[in-house]
Amino acid sequence: MPLTLADVRKVAHLARLELSEEELHQYREQLSDVLAYVERLNELDLEGVPPTAHAVARQNVMREDLAKPSLPLADVLYNGAQVAHEQFLIQSVLDDSPEENT
Amino acid sequence: MDFTRLTLTELRAALRSGQTTSVAVTEALLERIVAVDNLLNSYLTLTDEMALIQAAEADERRARGEDTPLLGIPVAVKDMICNEGVETSAGSKILEGFIPPYDAFVVARLKQAGAIILGQTNTDEFAMGSSTENSAYLTTRNPWDLERVPGGSSGGSAAAVAGRLAYAALGTDTGGSVRQPASLCGIVGLRPTYGRVSRWGVIAYASSLDQVGPLGRTVADCAALFQVTAGYDPLDSTSIDTPVPDFEAALTGEIDGLRVGVPREYFAEGLDPEVEAAVRAAIEKLADLGADVVEISLPHTHYALPAYYLIAPAEASANLARYDGVRYGPRVPGEDMVDTVKKTRALFGDEVKRRIMMGTYALSAGYYEAYYGRALKARTLIQTDFREAFADVDVIAAPTSPTTAFRLGERTDDPLTMYLSDVLTVPVNLSASCALSVPCGFDQEGLPIGLQLIGNTLAEATILNVAYAYEQATEWHQELKRLEIGD
Repeated sequence: MPLTLADVRKVAHLARLELSEEELHQYREQLSDVLAYVERLNELDLEGVPPTAHAVARQNVMREDLAKPSLPLADVLYNGAQVAHEQFLIQSVLDDSPEENT
Repeated sequence: MDFTRLTLTELRAALRSGQTTSVAVTEALLERIVAVDNLLNSYLTLTDEMALIQAAEADERRARGEDTPLLGIPVAVKDMICNEGVETSAGSKILEGFIPPYDAFVVARLKQAGAIILGQTNTDEFAMGSSTENSAYLTTRNPWDLERVPGGSSGGSAAAVAGRLAYAALGTDTGGSVRQPASLCGIVGLRPTYGRVSRWGVIAYASSLDQVGPLGRTVADCAALFQVTAGYDPLDSTSIDTPVPDFEAALTGEIDGLRVGVPREYFAEGLDPEVEAAVRAAIEKLADLGADVVEISLPHTHYALPAYYLIAPAEASANLARYDGVRYGPRVPGEDMVDTVKKTRALFGDEVKRRIMMGTYALSAGYYEAYYGRALKARTLIQTDFREAFADVDVIAAPTSPTTAFRLGERTDDPLTMYLSDVLTVPVNLSASCALSVPCGFDQEGLPIGLQLIGNTLAEATILNVAYAYEQATEWHQELKRLEIGD
C-alpha cells in the first residue's frame, strides 16, 4: 500500500525532521517503493517463529558496582551548542502560558 | 626503495631489522597523501602533526629495545570511530566539528600497540550507503578507476589502503561496509563475529549489527590489525568474554580436508557473469588445495535484504534520535525547542533521513508487528540457515558483491538499486557468523573481484587461514603493488 503525503508528514513529525515540500513528495515515492520491496517477507510462514533481536543472545550484563572517575565536566560540555553555568542550554520546554495550552 | 609499496607485515619486519624508521615511512606516506589524495579523497581529516610525533616516539621506543605488535606502523581509521581530540563527524554535517573526549576501544588498542594514526577516512554519512557517495563532505574515488566508486560505507578506508595511503585501516561493517569496499578496491576486509570487537566509542548506526573490522592489502595484514582490536571490553555489554586466538599463527595455509560449502542462492539472478566465473574458479582452487567442496542451500537468503532494510533503519531511527543540537554538533535555532530540533535535524543528508523515516514508520503504532516484528522473525530463519549449514561445512564460499565497482552517480537516484549492492553481505550481519573478502581476480575492465568466505561464530581464524591458503596460491594481491593512481 503506497504511503500518502499525510503519512509521510506524520512520520517526519515523529522523527522530528523538518522536510521541504519537495522532500515530502520524494520520500513518499521512495519509501513506498522500499515498503513494497520489504513486503516480500509476507511470503514467509512465520507462525510460531521466535524473534531474534541480537546475533548473540545476551541478557542483563552486569558490572561490579564500583565508583569510578567520570570524564571532566569541561570535556563533556565542550561540544555543546550552547553552554551556561556548567550546563547545556536549551529553550524552555515547560509551557508557562496556560491560555495557549488549549 | 619505495617503502610505501611494502605490506604491513613486510614493513613490520623492515622496522624490526632497522632497514627503515617510522618517521621515514610516515613522512613518505604523508607526502604521498598530499600528492594523490586530491584524486582519491580518501581522508576527511589528517592528523599529520600528531602522526609525526607518534612516529618519533615509536622510533625512540624501538631504539630503547622496545617492541609492540604495530610499533611505528601508519594506519587509518574510519570517521565512525572516535579518536580523542580529533574531529570525528561520521561523514555528517550534524556532527561537524565534534571532538570526541575519549578514544574508542579499538583506537586505544591501536595506540597501545604502537600504531601511528594518519587520520580519519571518508564514509557514507553514518555508514549508510554502499558507495561512500552519501558522505556530506567528499566523494571518494576507486584507485583502480577514478570514475568509479570505492564501495562503501568504508570506502575511504578501502581506497586509502589500496592506494597506498595507509598500510591498513579500520572500517565498520553493519551490512557489508567492510567486505564490499574491500572487494571493489581489490584488498582484504574482515567482518568479525558480532561481539568479537568492542563497539565502545564507535558512532552507532544499527547496534545489533555494527562491528569494527580491519582492511589490509594481504590476509596477514588484516590478521595483524584484527589481533590488536579483538577482545573483551566490559564497556560494551555485547562484547564476548572469550579468549582471542593468535590469528597470525593460525595462517598455516593448510586446508586439506576442510569442508567448503557453496550456497546455490548466492549465484542467483543479478550476479555479473564475470564475477561468477572468477568466484567459481577460486572455489576450484580451494578444491585443488585439498578442500572438500560441496553445494549447500541457505534457503532464506532471499529474505535477508528486506529484513535488513527494516531492522537497520529501525535501530538507526532510535540511535540517531540523540542528534538534537544540544550536546554535540551545530544547532539551527527555531521558534521553540521542538522546532529547533526539527530544523537542526534537517542537517542530516538524504539517505540518513530516508532511513530514519523508514525506521520510524516500521516501529510506529499499528505497523510494528507487520514490519519490524516480521523482520525479527525472518532474522531467526536466516540465523538457523547458517547454523544448519555449519553443522556440515567449515567455511562457506560465495561472491562478496554481485558486480565490480560501479560508476560514480550510477546508483544514486534509486535507493533500492543501491541497497541491492549489499544483497550477498547482509545475511552474515543478521546471523552470528563472521566473513571476509579476499581478491580473486579482475573483470575485463581491470576492476577487482572479491571472494567472500563466511565462517561460523568466532571462527575468524578459520576463514583467515582459508583466505591465506588461497592468496598464497594466487597472484591477485601482487597487482596492488603495480597499481598507479590516475593512470
